[in-house]
Amino acid sequence: MKSSTPRDVSWLSRRTLLRRLGTTSVLVALWPASAWTTPEAVQQAIRQRIGDRTPQPDGMTLRLPPIAETGNAVPLTVAVDSAMTPDDHVLRIHVFVEGNPEPVAATYHLGVRAGKAEISTQIRLARSQTVLALAEMHDGAVRSATADIVVTLGACVEEIWSN
Amino acid sequence: MTKPRVRVPRTARKGEVMEIKTLISHPMETGYRRDVQGRLMPRHIIHTFTCTYNGEQVFRADWHPAVAANPYLAFYTVATESGSLRFEWIDDTGTVYTTEAEITVV
Repeated sequence: MKSSTPRDVSWLSRRTLLRRLGTTSVLVALWPASAWTTPEAVQQAIRQRIGDRTPQPDGMTLRLPPIAETGNAVPLTVAVDSAMTPDDHVLRIHVFVEGNPEPVAATYHLGVRAGKAEISTQIRLARSQTVLALAEMHDGAVRSATADIVVTLGACVEEIWSN
Repeated sequence: MTKPRVRVPRTARKGEVMEIKTLISHPMETGYRRDVQGRLMPRHIIHTFTCTYNGEQVFRADWHPAVAANPYLAFYTVATESGSLRFEWIDDTGTVYTTEAEITVV
């Protein structure tokens, strides 16, 4: 019985593979410290916080302006639909910035005493991107909301032009 | 360093949900910028903000370099009893900035 033909990888000996992996890791190690975050780093940061739970894109809003002239101080508001009672409240809100050097912007710890699941702040955005917010509910559920933003002039990594 | 600014209602009804606004002046240096000599400027950010209400923590935030300079944060808390709200910001050098606000709950 023939199910599928495996790709011919006979050219890739164990020795070649190890050598190539070695070269790759040297290149990765030499990568400048200011490199952007990667989709893998974002995924890892998300998994560190919510494990294998699947976020539901419902029951919360993330407000960002659609366009920002500079990314230095972009107003951001996250609001979760929750009565904030002992039976229904938000434990934590996480904000992820996939287009920045680091994947996480902030984590906010709420609870019943917050009374209302809403926060407003100002964040830095290095370039145009999709910002993601996750809310961890008391019952283990996770909610998500995203917002796209166009950043004309990025923050964080620009040189300082001064005398 | 100027004193951090907070806006808390002076009086509130018991059980009322109050909005609290906070602002502190801080460079929030990301650690990714270079000075004119091309040297990387060391990271210097506030990494933790907490609000305690009569000694009990009611709100906390963990910050990363993506929080803008001079961090502004608005959040909510329930007015439970008269007393004081204490706000605390801790930065990478270990400096702790604090301020307090008194509230009367009727």
